[in-house]
Amino acid sequence: MTATTPEGWLLVLALTLPAGAMLLAFVAGGRHAQRIALGALALWLVIAFAIALQVQRGGAPLAYLIGGWQPPLGMALRADGLSAAMLLTGAVVLLAVALFGRAPYATPRGAQETRAAYAYWCFLPALAASLAAAFLGGDLFNLFVALEMLTFTALALACLDGKPSQFKSELRYLLFALIGSVLYLLGAGLLYGAHGTLDIALLAGRTRADAPTLVAGALMTAGLIAKMALFPLHLWLPPAHAGAPAAASALLSGLVVKGAFVLLLRLWFWVLPAPVVLNGGTLLAALGAAAILIGSVVALRQERLKLLVAYSTVAQMGYLFLMFPLLAAGDAETASRAWLGGVLQAVSHALAKAAMFLGAGLIAASLGHDRVAALGGAARVMPITVIAFAMGGLSLMGLPPSGGFGAKWLLLRASVETGQWWWSLVILSGGLLTGGYVYRIVAAALAPPAPGCEARPVPRAQELCVLALALASILLGLVPLKDLGLVRVGAP
Amino acid sequence: MTGTDILALAACGLVAIGLYGLVAQAEVLRKIIAFNLLGAGVFLLFGVVARRGAGAGLAADPVPQAMVITGLVVAFAATALALVLTLRLYQITGAATVAEDPPEPTAPDS
Amino acid sequence: MTAGLLLDLLLALAVLGTAAWTLAARSQFAAVIGFVVTGLLLTLVWVRLGAVDVALTEAAIGAGATGVILLYVVARLRGGEAEISAATPSRAQRALAALLALSVGGALAYGVLSLPDPAPSLAEAALAGTAPLGLGNPVSAVLMAHRGLDTLLEAIVLVFAVLAVWSMAADHRWGGRPGPVFQREEHGPLSLLARILPPVGIVIGIYIAWVGADSPGGKFQGGTILAAMWVLPWIAGLVRPPSVTDWRLRLMIAIGPLTFLAVGLAGFVVAEGFLAYPPGFAKPLILLIEAAMTLSVAAALACLIAGPPERRRRA
Repeated sequence: MTATTPEGWLLVLALTLPAGAMLLAFVAGGRHAQRIALGALALWLVIAFAIALQVQRGGAPLAYLIGGWQPPLGMALRADGLSAAMLLTGAVVLLAVALFGRAPYATPRGAQETRAAYAYWCFLPALAASLAAAFLGGDLFNLFVALEMLTFTALALACLDGKPSQFKSELRYLLFALIGSVLYLLGAGLLYGAHGTLDIALLAGRTRADAPTLVAGALMTAGLIAKMALFPLHLWLPPAHAGAPAAASALLSGLVVKGAFVLLLRLWFWVLPAPVVLNGGTLLAALGAAAILIGSVVALRQERLKLLVAYSTVAQMGYLFLMFPLLAAGDAETASRAWLGGVLQAVSHALAKAAMFLGAGLIAASLGHDRVAALGGAARVMPITVIAFAMGGLSLMGLPPSGGFGAKWLLLRASVETGQWWWSLVILSGGLLTGGYVYRIVAAALAPPAPGCEARPVPRAQELCVLALALASILLGLVPLKDLGLVRVGAP
Repeated sequence: MTGTDILALAACGLVAIGLYGLVAQAEVLRKIIAFNLLGAGVFLLFGVVARRGAGAGLAADPVPQAMVITGLVVAFAATALALVLTLRLYQITGAATVAEDPPEPTAPDS
Repeated sequence: MTAGLLLDLLLALAVLGTAAWTLAARSQFAAVIGFVVTGLLLTLVWVRLGAVDVALTEAAIGAGATGVILLYVVARLRGGEAEISAATPSRAQRALAALLALSVGGALAYGVLSLPDPAPSLAEAALAGTAPLGLGNPVSAVLMAHRGLDTLLEAIVLVFAVLAVWSMAADHRWGGRPGPVFQREEHGPLSLLARILPPVGIVIGIYIAWVGADSPGGKFQGGTILAAMWVLPWIAGLVRPPSVTDWRLRLMIAIGPLTFLAVGLAGFVVAEGFLAYPPGFAKPLILLIEAAMTLSVAAALACLIAGPPERRRRA
């Protein structure tokens, strides 16, 4: 039985505020859209913070029954530690990216409205609403609608610049995303046929390792990992993320792929029966390990900065899959460590990667290109951006003190404790390879400018947005682990 | 075997046909048609599930039916979006597939 | 073998046959026709499955509206043969694709045929939850109340899609009217249809949306018919869509989800909470939402069919 908790209305607000703001911005248009979006995103951050605070204080998930209808007929919104942490991350990243976009997506003087600015300011609250639906949804079909909201929003943001070179890679991305959603929906249909509900909490008590559940689990997992670009389904991601404008790349790599990740966690650790998780988790982790190694090596060899950062996303997403066999195999304490490590990786990657993509965009805008070999002089013109980029890189490598360090350290410990030491080798070599490609960029940016290179200065306000995100990814590592108990609330 | 089982197998067949078309055809437009066939198979499966759940005087369980109606509208929106993108790709570059481009010369990016 | 079983078998074979033919069709145009025929056959399948609401939606949106936009794009797309044959997968790759498709289809069949008997169902619960709302159609009750959040989000998704389609326009065309410009046809069959059909179609569309509360039909099916009644005179060059920057067009597209959202939030004050209806007022409120949604579905679908602006303002 789910019951509405006293602060459950916060969940409704987290979903309806950005959705309503998007609709109003859509109608009002022009400069109004920007005002509405900025106001809504600031408020959204406050709501996300309030939800996190309530979950942490109460030590129990929040829930809200829509229309008072009890599942299985009705549906519920729920916020456990995972939802609250991801929501807060989403709100921080979105607000920073929104502030970053004030310069490139301003409606110019004398114009009523321009295409890119209008779309940008409408789709930012749209992304907030989509993320809220994905993180808070308690029903697998409702989560399908959330996935489609994310797909449409991400696609529109990726095509914002309207560059011809973009359309092909974004169309390929759309096809992958749609196949992913449809496979997910197929599995959901089977689950309903077998258990008569798609409510996650109810399914948790009903599933057994029978044929419909297993087939459904396989289909839904395949659909979700296609959306997360797990090796070997990763080829669509680098061109799609690298081809998008900087602000969109940051949102795609930082947040959109995390929506599918949260759904995958819900599927595996709530819906699927334990024996499946135990056996299948190793396969997912093996693919994740391949993603870490191959993604990092390919990133190391990229000539273009944005493509390098995009391949790094393929690698960093791989870490998220290492938690699956560790959670299933260990005792309660180890499992809890693996859980925290995995979620911390998702959060710190979102912050660090958003900073790095925004930074890469600023560098490209300043130099007029993003060739890694010719980044010389960048550090002289925009020291803050280069420092922020390097800080994001530290977090990806897993060096202390950073959120990435906490995440990788927890996963490393859990892999040793469960006797699955081979994963720790992957984590360590992934860290070294990451160090390699981050060093390549920072060293190139510190080099003296090539003769004839004219770097334009970039707005200080944009640099500060990048720095704020990078600092957040570092500061996350300074929070004592016991204060991260939020993530453990309602954990499997 | 009941009539519903036969239609269930038809749903599985549609899924297989759609999936094959999505992977094995080159033209984006044909991929989009195949995606719609795949989608039709998925919705049909919901229909079979709804029919199996007939009861209380209803010919089919209304909950999966409602999901299909929602799903059909979303699938239409997705198709429209994919088609617009296909058309824009064609208008700008003349391409009708999403095959990998030959490596472009390193022109300065904006 | 009973007549019903034979009919199901024939329908299943016909659906699979037309679907396979759709893939094998030589021209893109033939493929679209194959798809539309498959969609119409599916409409019959839905009736056989006892799902008349879905049959209507499938006919209106699955086969109808989707067929229209496919045809519309085919007419404008001329792919280079060389590019297509270069991108066509090799025989080995196609065999691999077939293997993948067959194994997914096979696994799915295995899963479906081992579903439990008797099947779990919410039919009874949904029926019990329909009467208090004053509605006669349980599918509408599920859409508007029990799973109202799905429907609200879906209405919002339509707005996302329209904006996404618009934002694919070239920068200098922003502010123009959606879609290409059609020459005005004064005499031709299209023009005749475009003058005669809309008055009838609009009545039918509103009727189908109106009866949805108690019998099969509803906002999506009715809205689609209304959209078609607007697209037809547009293609005949008789009417022109408003500009994408016109706030009235935007309001029409957003009014459905906005009304739904407003009624939902009002539930905090006048009922038990979000998306709850006050006792006794459920039906009028649901009809209000449905009316606004019908308008928005019609406007959104028409805009999705028309596509991004392709001419400058005042062109």
